[in-house]
Amino acid sequence: MPNSDYILEVKDLKKYFPIKGGYLDRKVGSVKAVDGVTFSLPRGTTMGLVGESGCGKTTTGRTILRLAGEKTGGSVLFEGKEVYDLDKKQMRALRTKMQIIFQDPFSSLSPRLPVGEIIGEAVKEHNIVPKAEYEEYIDKVMDECGLQPFHKSRYPHEFSGGQRQRICIARALALNPDFVVCDEPVSALDVSIQAQIINLLNKLQEERHLSYLFISHDLSVVEHISDSVGVMYLGNLVEYGKKEDIFRNPLHPYTKALFSAIPNPDPHAKMNRVVLEGSIPSPANPPSGCKFHTRCPYATERCKTELPIQREMEKGHFVSCHEAK
Amino acid sequence: MANKKENGYLTSKEIRAISKENRRITGEMEKKWKRKNVPESEYITKMRDPQNAVEFDDLHSYFYTDSGVVKSVDGVSFDVPIGKTVGIVGESGCGKSVTSLSLMQLLQRPQGQIVSGEIRLNRGGKVYNIANTPQEIMQDLRGNAISMIFQEPMTSLNPVFRIGDQVDEVIALHEGKGKSKEEIRRQTIEALELVGIANSEGVAKMFPHELSGGMRQRVMIAMALACHPRVIIADEPTTALDVTIQAQILDLLRDLKDRINASIMLITHDLGVIAEMADYVVVMYAGRVVEKGTAEEIFYHPSHPYTLGLMASKPVVGRKVSELYSIPGKVPNPINMPDYCYFRDRCELKLGCCDGEYPHEIRLSDTHVVSCYRYYEEHKDEAKMNTNSNLIKTAEIAASREEVKEDA
Repeated sequence: MPNSDYILEVKDLKKYFPIKGGYLDRKVGSVKAVDGVTFSLPRGTTMGLVGESGCGKTTTGRTILRLAGEKTGGSVLFEGKEVYDLDKKQMRALRTKMQIIFQDPFSSLSPRLPVGEIIGEAVKEHNIVPKAEYEEYIDKVMDECGLQPFHKSRYPHEFSGGQRQRICIARALALNPDFVVCDEPVSALDVSIQAQIINLLNKLQEERHLSYLFISHDLSVVEHISDSVGVMYLGNLVEYGKKEDIFRNPLHPYTKALFSAIPNPDPHAKMNRVVLEGSIPSPANPPSGCKFHTRCPYATERCKTELPIQREMEKGHFVSCHEAK
Repeated sequence: MANKKENGYLTSKEIRAISKENRRITGEMEKKWKRKNVPESEYITKMRDPQNAVEFDDLHSYFYTDSGVVKSVDGVSFDVPIGKTVGIVGESGCGKSVTSLSLMQLLQRPQGQIVSGEIRLNRGGKVYNIANTPQEIMQDLRGNAISMIFQEPMTSLNPVFRIGDQVDEVIALHEGKGKSKEEIRRQTIEALELVGIANSEGVAKMFPHELSGGMRQRVMIAMALACHPRVIIADEPTTALDVTIQAQILDLLRDLKDRINASIMLITHDLGVIAEMADYVVVMYAGRVVEKGTAEEIFYHPSHPYTLGLMASKPVVGRKVSELYSIPGKVPNPINMPDYCYFRDRCELKLGCCDGEYPHEIRLSDTHVVSCYRYYEEHKDEAKMNTNSNLIKTAEIAASREEVKEDA
């Protein structure tokens, strides 16, 4: 019997993309975008997923929602049910329960539809409310997300970035989801607008008891919004635990480097920076053993050959590193 | 200004009238700009302070659009001293980029025009007033004296040319007279090595899509520095990059600046980056400078309510708040700017006197300047009464940080 406290349980999730080439376009290799990610998300909480671009954060989010084709391995349990076992009809019903807010509010809204239709399209499709209440319902959702009713007949290009992001949020929430993947929802926005959107997401979480998977590369935002944090590197979840534990006591060398790279708004702050050399290796041909050993300042011989397993260092604080103590 | 209907849209008749008027105004300006053999007396001036690399003096840059005149930069003055970094902060649309594009004369012509004011560029012997410099002369200044690192390394490189060819082009255009292809290529390789690209000869043969974001940004920096400019404009150089790569690029910029003794104008909306890089900070709002000063003054004694709001709305690692402060309302419509303080309608600390005309600049110290009624001598008492806001707390937290530092 799956644990009903958790809305989402991800076990050893893998997603490889084939690389085609050569004679007859055969498969010549694979990009290991997500390579063994395990975590569980309690209902009504937020998990932050951080890491550099190309580390598989977004693919993780999309694979969980079954938006990236078939998974390669592992399992995704949503409310105890394996998402990838559902047939087309069941999946369609489940789509209303899990939604996604995309990164770029400029390209994720159709320029040819007025805002009312963008928000309402899926509501009509899934018959969320009876036809008679439809208009009223859209107004209500828009109001919750800080949009005015007269915005309904306008087109996305007439809105600023922050308002477009509100439209994206309204579109996701109009279906009454339980779980929302927020894929870098504030990265494209200004600081003051960022604060508005973060506050809005927090408010909606309280009102609707939502669970978020919050994908971001901005650690200060993640610290603010999350209950638990996962740090990804090259398809692996290298560290995962409660927010307080991760920020107070980062154990993985990559997490430490990531935290020390955050610019501090204090001109006198002394930087004890762990500067990582080079950039993230290609996921098509990842290093052997611990994937981080090529950039890790503490790497030993063991790291080059042996893949570290996830260990629980404190209660609920997992790390994948041989050397972490 | 044309009458606005209730829905905020203009009729096509009104639009035609506006664009006719715009064409008349911009046409004259274009003619002036395209003249040949302009006497030097028209654009050679003197610096107010020879220690400055660039001086912006009451700059006005407008865009003549079909729905009215957008005053993107509306009276901006600040200095960029030689060998220093000046950070410009503000939200998008506040005129940061337009200010820097004005310095390069890269505003989208003919709609975008420098209408009045001076930008004085110190080029060793000669001082140019960019606002009046004709096109011919400008081409010599761009790249050689001033150059720019653009925001998005993904879109600023041409995808169909090899990296080496793109850098070659810059050098050939500006310093290439009498040089052979091999010499230019050697200079290109040097420029790529300067920015820390290890396999520079290999990279020169690659196409942009083969490089990562950080590497592309390095190439952009190499291009900008290829001709040894005195002033570098970095327009959000790290916004599209990851924190670890951002740290590398910032280190690189700081290091290069010291090596070639250039001045940097760093445009960003990330206060963290500013604190790390900048010696002086300029805070812009709706086309005007609301506060400027040294980095210490801005971060430890932020004074303008907008600066305070910016600081309060940014989450900081290690600082716990239950809810982030968000500045209420939104930026006023740039076509119909109010005649009072532009920030008044969003300001939590406004006073009765804020209904008056736009506040002039008040000097808090030699370098610290703020445009706000709260710091007028006659309104100081009133300002003290109105302290019941999160923003004041932010100011206190900021000031206390410095005390901690001084004790330590």
